[in-house]
Amino acid sequence: MAETIVPVGHEPVGHEPPPEVTHLRHHFATTEQQLDASMLGMWTFLITEVLFFGGMFTAYAVYRFMYPAAFASTSVYMDVWLGGINTAVLICSSLTMAMAVRSAQLSRERPLVLFLILTMIFGTIFLVIKYIEWHSKWVEHLVPGFNFQYNEAPQYTHHAQILFFLYFCMTGMHALHMIVGLGLLTYLLIQAIRKVFTAYYFTPVEMIGLYWHFVDIVWIFLFPLLYLIGYHHPK
Amino acid sequence: MATIVQGTPEAVAEPVDYLNVSHTWKSWLFTTDHKRIAVLYLISITLMFVLGGAAAVAFRINLLSPEGVFSAETYNRLFSMHGIIMVFFFLVPSIPATLANFLIPIMIGAKDLAFPRINLLSWYIYVVGALFAIYAVVRGGVDTGWTFYAPFSSTYSNSYVLAAAFGVFIAGFSSILTGLNFIVTVHKMRAPGMTWSRLPLFVWSNYATGLIQVLGTPVLAITMLLLAFERIAHVGIFDPNIGGDPILFQHLFWFYSHPAVYIMILPGMGVISEIISCFSRKRVFGYNFVAFSSMAIAVLSFVVWGHHMFITGESMYSSIAFSILSFLVAVPSAIKVFNWTATMYKGSISFDTPMLYAFGFIGLFTIGGLTGLFLATLATDVATHGTYFVVAHFHYVMVGGMVMAYMGGLHFWWPKITGRMYSEAWSKFSALLVFVGFNLTFFPQFILGYLGMPRRYHNYPPEFQTLNVLSTAGASVLGLGYLLPIIYFLHSLKYGARAGNNPWGAAGLEWQIQSPPTTFNFDETPVVTEEAYNYGPVEEIVG
Ligand SMILES: [Cu+2]
Repeated sequence: MAETIVPVGHEPVGHEPPPEVTHLRHHFATTEQQLDASMLGMWTFLITEVLFFGGMFTAYAVYRFMYPAAFASTSVYMDVWLGGINTAVLICSSLTMAMAVRSAQLSRERPLVLFLILTMIFGTIFLVIKYIEWHSKWVEHLVPGFNFQYNEAPQYTHHAQILFFLYFCMTGMHALHMIVGLGLLTYLLIQAIRKVFTAYYFTPVEMIGLYWHFVDIVWIFLFPLLYLIGYHHPK
Repeated sequence: MATIVQGTPEAVAEPVDYLNVSHTWKSWLFTTDHKRIAVLYLISITLMFVLGGAAAVAFRINLLSPEGVFSAETYNRLFSMHGIIMVFFFLVPSIPATLANFLIPIMIGAKDLAFPRINLLSWYIYVVGALFAIYAVVRGGVDTGWTFYAPFSSTYSNSYVLAAAFGVFIAGFSSILTGLNFIVTVHKMRAPGMTWSRLPLFVWSNYATGLIQVLGTPVLAITMLLLAFERIAHVGIFDPNIGGDPILFQHLFWFYSHPAVYIMILPGMGVISEIISCFSRKRVFGYNFVAFSSMAIAVLSFVVWGHHMFITGESMYSSIAFSILSFLVAVPSAIKVFNWTATMYKGSISFDTPMLYAFGFIGLFTIGGLTGLFLATLATDVATHGTYFVVAHFHYVMVGGMVMAYMGGLHFWWPKITGRMYSEAWSKFSALLVFVGFNLTFFPQFILGYLGMPRRYHNYPPEFQTLNVLSTAGASVLGLGYLLPIIYFLHSLKYGARAGNNPWGAAGLEWQIQSPPTTFNFDETPVVTEEAYNYGPVEEIVG
């Protein structure tokens, strides 16, 4: 049965399975309405997230505009290689997430489990690399509020501190979203192993997929802003 | 038949409704019924309203004499807690979380909101946020004003800023979830035939509110978070000593907090549309204009925040732009006022309590709105900024407008929510008290502001005393006007007459179902075949 391909939106008419399979909740009339509502809810939530990160991007833009020289001086400490690898890792995880969603839509249980695990592995690699980067900043006394000392260009100490705060704030908030995403993926994985998801019910996979892509896109903006703009090679 | 039911109520089995379906604590605390969640919200925000009101009573007593009763420190904490509680824990959730939560699914013919469990979650989040705010009060309060301006809040204040800011941060998520739920519900849960152009205007205005909640509140959240980082770790982002920019805090704060004004007033405008139409027995004049003016307000509200910063270091050119845009936002608001007035023209008007509140709303909101134009004008703002003129202006909008509408809505839908009628005489009397008390409280503040009395001071020159005493006297009357409904509403729960399904003879799906409604509102999904407010020619009703 699992091999039967049921194209999305082409389920046989009049053969809607019972609620145990479709997970149709009482206040919805049809599974289609339920899926539509969930997806719109997720998109709306992501708009909220855009505005949430938007506040930090605004702060970044303002300070970059006010203190360009201090900002340029900090780029020495940004590891473009680690950032670049992380970008690639996240793009891969987006691909495997998209494959997972497609597998769920086609009722393919084993590929679904496989792609979910792959996505989680990529997500974890990202966080490990991020940890390595943060750790080196800690060692170099670049954490505002804890041990900030700026020897690169002492005249910029104050302004560089604001940049490093923004760096930690933005990448930290992004990493927090990654951790939440990994939690959600764990939930999906358990449900997938229990064979809950079928072509009749894949709403959570698609919703969490959207969330995951969103978190990736945030990084796609963070990487050039924090690592590439004003980049010059370390001496 | 009816007399038998009234004579021996015990003998007849009461029909099952959402209230008597179960009486356990669990059935309330784990409910996903939008109507029960609305009731939970109603109780919570009423408690917060009483708390915020108590702070207002205290500082109005202080202002009876020019020297003041409390220290400057205490006074600062009183008005700050009043502002924080009233804005974030009463006004923002007021109509959306209670009346709209209860009514939107019913008005569009749905069994519930799109996400019932998220709806319940939003209430729990609200409660946690409120507990943080209450904790801040109990520990000694906050003295930053409700605006939390940096660097005072982030560096210099030694009050409980973090607890209060964290409460605001958390409560914001409950607001976001409510807005998100409304947006999805209005898009996806409408009954067959309930087209966008047939939606009650109350639904339109709460939909527009939802958009603002979803787009604005996250910016407040990140602002509060940055403020917390600054206060805890002194990272410098708002600290001018090391190049941080306090003005940035104000930009971020007002990017939410101006639109928040419309989170607070738009749902009230929706209530007024419903009430005016019902008690004039007429379709709302220019339905499309009223509906789209809600959307226009939602959009424009995001581009006017700079009018709070005319004298705080904003460039002259931005100020000019923000001034013009602020004038623009008055247009859709005026459209609404004109259309309500036109709705009443040649209508068959009756003067029930909800309508009295609606009259109050139109008059007071108009004054509040027009004095807003004084403040949007650059030159007059320089003179009146930071005076009682501003205080009077936004209380005319928030209290004279929103709280009036909230009270009107409560009186309008109370029979639907509880199945009971309240005392007609007492409710009219208290509506009168609210109107008189409100004007007596706040009109003198326009004059005080015009004369130059600054806000947020615990003392003042003796020549301002007469007006301040008048204002405090008004506040006492107003307080009584708010206290009475709490009493007669509670009284009605047990002793009120049965309201019946449609005590006002109103149009709208909510009046066609049982009072109080059953858990799933409708036995069968209704099919809508007519426009909203189909009251027919006035003559027929009168005859
Ligand atoms: Cu404003």
